[in-house]
Amino acid sequence: MTREAVPAERVREQSMVPYGGPQSYYGQPVLKEPVWTPEVPLYFYTGGLGGASAGLALMAELTGNHKLARRAWLNALAGVSVSPVLLISDLGKPSRFLNMLRLFKVTSPMSVGSWILAASGTATAAAVGSELTGMFPSAGRAAKVASALLGMPLATYTAGLVANTSIPAWHDARLTLPFVFAGSSAASAGAAAVITTPAKQAGAARRLAAGGALVSVAAALGMEKSLGELGEPYRKGLPGKLSRVAGALNLAGGALIATRARHSRPAALAGGAILTAGVIAERWAVFRAGFMSASDPKYTVGPQRARIERRRASS
Amino acid sequence: MSHSVLTLDTRTKADPRYGFFTDTSICIGCKACEVACKEWNQVPEDMQGFTGKSYDNTQALGANTWRHVAFVEQRVPVGQEAAAEDLVQAAERANASDGWGLDTYQDGEGIRWLMASDVCKHCTTAACLDVCPTGALFRTEYGTVVVQEDICNGCGYCVPACPFGVIDRREGDGRVWKCTLCYDRLKDDMEPACAHACPTKSIQFGELSELRERAEKRVEKLTAAGHTDARLYGADPDDGVDGFGAFFLLLDEPEVYGLPPDPVAPTHNVGQVWAGVFAGAAALGAGIAAAVLGGRR
Repeated sequence: MTREAVPAERVREQSMVPYGGPQSYYGQPVLKEPVWTPEVPLYFYTGGLGGASAGLALMAELTGNHKLARRAWLNALAGVSVSPVLLISDLGKPSRFLNMLRLFKVTSPMSVGSWILAASGTATAAAVGSELTGMFPSAGRAAKVASALLGMPLATYTAGLVANTSIPAWHDARLTLPFVFAGSSAASAGAAAVITTPAKQAGAARRLAAGGALVSVAAALGMEKSLGELGEPYRKGLPGKLSRVAGALNLAGGALIATRARHSRPAALAGGAILTAGVIAERWAVFRAGFMSASDPKYTVGPQRARIERRRASS
Repeated sequence: MSHSVLTLDTRTKADPRYGFFTDTSICIGCKACEVACKEWNQVPEDMQGFTGKSYDNTQALGANTWRHVAFVEQRVPVGQEAAAEDLVQAAERANASDGWGLDTYQDGEGIRWLMASDVCKHCTTAACLDVCPTGALFRTEYGTVVVQEDICNGCGYCVPACPFGVIDRREGDGRVWKCTLCYDRLKDDMEPACAHACPTKSIQFGELSELRERAEKRVEKLTAAGHTDARLYGADPDDGVDGFGAFFLLLDEPEVYGLPPDPVAPTHNVGQVWAGVFAGAAALGAGIAAAVLGGRR
């Protein structure tokens, strides 16, 4: 190692340099990036699709729209069937997936979510079984109500799951991200039902798809704004690109469904597909934003240092 | 040591509670702690090669690194000369520090070396433990936080939950690993391997309350000897993780060593997290109802 004599005046000068942003250890991250694989954002989509579809199915049934209800129930079943497969394949030790149900732990949205998914999957399967076979109608009705009720938190708990970490772009969005996921789930269920339901019976699905798309885009913008500088990962790099693509696809798909899907089957199919791509891109953007937020120490150190300075100033 | 029943509680009930006090002012950067930890715990090798980051080729804590010695080179005025108002005071302080053996190993010729052995903090409110859905992570009778490798299913939730980026999933294994504070050695009334191997007693193992007292005194002495930048990190039970089970004496801001300056366990806000989830769920339900009923004018 070379040693240079540093004149005292220069040393003093250096110490006078004003605070120039967060310090770090060789620019290394403070936090670990998640180890989660692409199955996780896909699950955000399928869980949202399953949960919101169950709600749509029950409401359609209650209002006498059985064609829409039948199709929404099938979409719900598809969503909640694929979900556990995605989740198990993401585990480091997939053979131990049942350990998820060793505890019920409210400090862990993953624990509570596993129970919600298990219960909602069971209820949805029972509901669809009864719907298709006509057997056990009263048990089937109870299963349908349970499936629809569990479907709502199934669609939004995943936002709480990522928010309950130390990653600033997720944790500081704990009060806003669930609305992004709610809108996104509504759009997912609406889009899937628009694709599978004849236009005449699909009015509710079109309204849900277009409304969900709008809410999802608006909530994402609101979340990003409320995060301030911590929202940067939603604007920059890969997650930024994904966010913009998601916004464009959501608006385009929602608009197409709202204006053309009623009279044109191709427009309904295209609108549903575009919107589905949009909501998946939205989940992906949120997922990748967390990685970016974890990888740069400035997002971790900056706000914490500011908090210390505020405390110092007020005491 | 008392051997009470293992508990799944997320708050320490162990009495007495055991931990580390890592006094970085006397760390010489020998990495004996890293080696002893790897050997005792049979931790697989990590990266091989040179990073160019001073003498730090270990880089960070992770699944295969449970002690990590950080090296920081700074050009700052240091020690007695910097803090003293005049030469007479500087000489007095130099004398005092000679008498007390208070010289840090880290000063000299306008450059300052900061060396610090980092480790899992064994937080009082441990986010990794709070979010673990399987109960693989648990609180031991010593107040430490340990992963049970026969339970962990590699869900990875603890990895981004940790405010310090300590715990990580091991490639090819699928489970998460971190410092156990040598749970097996404690069971046999032996101190952890890193503390045992540390030649300068920079790493001290013991009862947490006793370590905190010792650390306070050390800061007072260092401050008196002119090291006014000496401060404790993680010794305050009122901080964002309710105090560390393994805390530190640092000579600069925590972020200089790669540590978060004001860590908060995310699970402190779990009430808000659930409020958000259920508000979102309610909004979704209302939205669906509006979409279905909206067409029936």
